[in-house]
Amino acid sequence: MPAAGVVMIVAVVAIVLALVYYLVSTILALRQITNGLDEVIASVGEIVEKSAPVEGVVNDINANLDAAVSALEGLLVKKAGMEDALGLIDGLYPGAAAQGLRDFPESREVIPPRIGEVYTKGTLTLARLGREAPIALANPTGPVLRNVESGSLAARKLYPDGRPEAAEALPRSPVIGADAPVQYEPRDDVGKPRKRFRSGV
Amino acid sequence: MTLWWIGDIVLLVVVLPVVIYLLHGVLQAARGIVPSVHKIAAVGAAGSKDLDATALLLTTQDQVRQTVAGVADYGGSLDVIIDDA
Repeated sequence: MPAAGVVMIVAVVAIVLALVYYLVSTILALRQITNGLDEVIASVGEIVEKSAPVEGVVNDINANLDAAVSALEGLLVKKAGMEDALGLIDGLYPGAAAQGLRDFPESREVIPPRIGEVYTKGTLTLARLGREAPIALANPTGPVLRNVESGSLAARKLYPDGRPEAAEALPRSPVIGADAPVQYEPRDDVGKPRKRFRSGV
Repeated sequence: MTLWWIGDIVLLVVVLPVVIYLLHGVLQAARGIVPSVHKIAAVGAAGSKDLDATALLLTTQDQVRQTVAGVADYGGSLDVIIDDA
């Protein structure tokens, strides 16, 4: 065989060896990629499975909350009136009245009163629920209770000599028990039948 | 014979380097994908783990229903107790 033929065979063998090495290495890398993609697919499947009921649940929650918002807005407007309702909202959450009520688009045009300064009918009506509150004695149809211009002066009248400070020392709680300095003897009538008085006495 | 030698030289000098260069490029590209795939798998697993809390949405849904029912009850009572504006 001529030398040129031997060189040709060596060259072909070298090319084949290079092909084998690189193709086998590529196959191994592709197998690693396949295994990784299998893990990805498993995770994606879990994500899809776990997130499947989310839409229905969230829509149900939103529907319930929408109904609650509508009911509360309607109740507030019905009981306090549009202006006072927005005043109450703005008093609790400053600036919130500018957004208006969702079910009452016209509420965006209302200028909310300052409920913190003017007690309105709605507030008085709500306050009537507190039976011990002095404000409950007023008539909701009457004038405002608080003088807006000198409101602080009215509050100051409660303590004309200044607000009293707390007592320096409060009486201590009594010591009880067998070693207490003051022993309280048990009453004789405890445990006995209750005394009954004759009628007409 | 001369053409034979020319063919040998072409094989060794041109074909073999080109084959090695191209296969090396393919191998590097395949190996470059592997860490990316592993990172994606890790992110997917973490995302799946994050979604474990979605089961609690059922509890939230039930509590929202109960809360809204309570609000409706209170609202109905207030509607009766309080005068309209």
